[in-house]
Amino acid sequence: MNKVSNNKAWWLVLPVFILVAFSALIPLMTVVNYSVQDIFGPGQAYFVGTEWFEEILGDERLQDSLGRQFLFSAAVLLIQIPLGIGIALMMPTRGKRASVCLIMLAIPLLIPWNVVGTIWQIFGRGDIGLFGWGLNQLGFDYNYTANTGDAWATVLLMDVWHWTPLVALLCYSGLKAIPEAFYQAAEIDRASKWAIFRYIQLPRLKSVLVIAVLLRFMDSFMIYTEPFVLTGGGPGSSTTFLSQTLTTMAIGQFDIGRAAAFSLIYFLIVLLVSWLFFTAITHLDKQK
Amino acid sequence: MIAWMNWTLPVAIFFSVIAAILLVMTVYEVVSPCTERKGFLPIATTRGDRLFIGLLTSAYLNLTFLGLTELSLWIALAVSVAWVAILLRWG
Repeated sequence: MNKVSNNKAWWLVLPVFILVAFSALIPLMTVVNYSVQDIFGPGQAYFVGTEWFEEILGDERLQDSLGRQFLFSAAVLLIQIPLGIGIALMMPTRGKRASVCLIMLAIPLLIPWNVVGTIWQIFGRGDIGLFGWGLNQLGFDYNYTANTGDAWATVLLMDVWHWTPLVALLCYSGLKAIPEAFYQAAEIDRASKWAIFRYIQLPRLKSVLVIAVLLRFMDSFMIYTEPFVLTGGGPGSSTTFLSQTLTTMAIGQFDIGRAAAFSLIYFLIVLLVSWLFFTAITHLDKQK
Repeated sequence: MIAWMNWTLPVAIFFSVIAAILLVMTVYEVVSPCTERKGFLPIATTRGDRLFIGLLTSAYLNLTFLGLTELSLWIALAVSVAWVAILLRWG
């Protein structure tokens, strides 16, 4: 059979390219352009070279914020991925109960970020919030507006509540895709539950887990609205994450050049970590 | 339309170089399609992978020079160019 080679199909990519150019490429170029200038207003921009980058790299406030951000993302992944897998494994696979479980799981995902922040802000209050009041009644000295540990715990709990369902749903769809024959073979071999999980379910979940880890990393690394509404970055600056620091700089102080340099460094970190995750996981796949 | 965006020459040069690199790589790919191979990097890579790794590491190299040393960024640029070339050939 003759294989027809026709490269004209590449023209079909053109609309997407134009769309991406306007939604991603040109804005990114603009940020690069701003990062080398000091901008006071329209028509009042002065070229400063790499000065902003130098300042950002030496800024302790930003380094602290970066450290907190990594800690937060690590905690999010360490809690949500195993928990999500666990929930997916426990869910019923068919019938009405499965539908009910799916809907219950999907509810937190449907709530807008700022509403999630508000819900938890009230929920955690010692005077009118069920969670805060309950903890205080049990004898815990819980106050997320004054205590750093409590603030962190609340922000983490909120994120776990909001986003673990996403991991669970992804894993659930991955589990559903495993053919019944695999389980029958395992049953013949009298495989234990752990062995089934380790050698059948987990390997088959790999591709959805790649997506789950990447999505959860990127989302948690860019988190802004929820902690901003819940704690406002406090107490002190203990829950001020990178995007909040960036927003304060860009919009609060209108320090566009500095914020642009910061954004680029932020972008490079996200790019590197995402690429590392992706390469590590796809590479593991090839080795087998 | 361009004036209010305050485009500067160094940024224009930077992106022109990136665009030129992508163009050359595309033409090169059409002329002689590459296959995945294993070099000194721990993973098998295609030409595009190596370019991406090279550009990303160069960005970090330049930031390291800027943040930790007093050396001129031209040195960082020279090292980066050499590094990308090495990576593309033997990586």
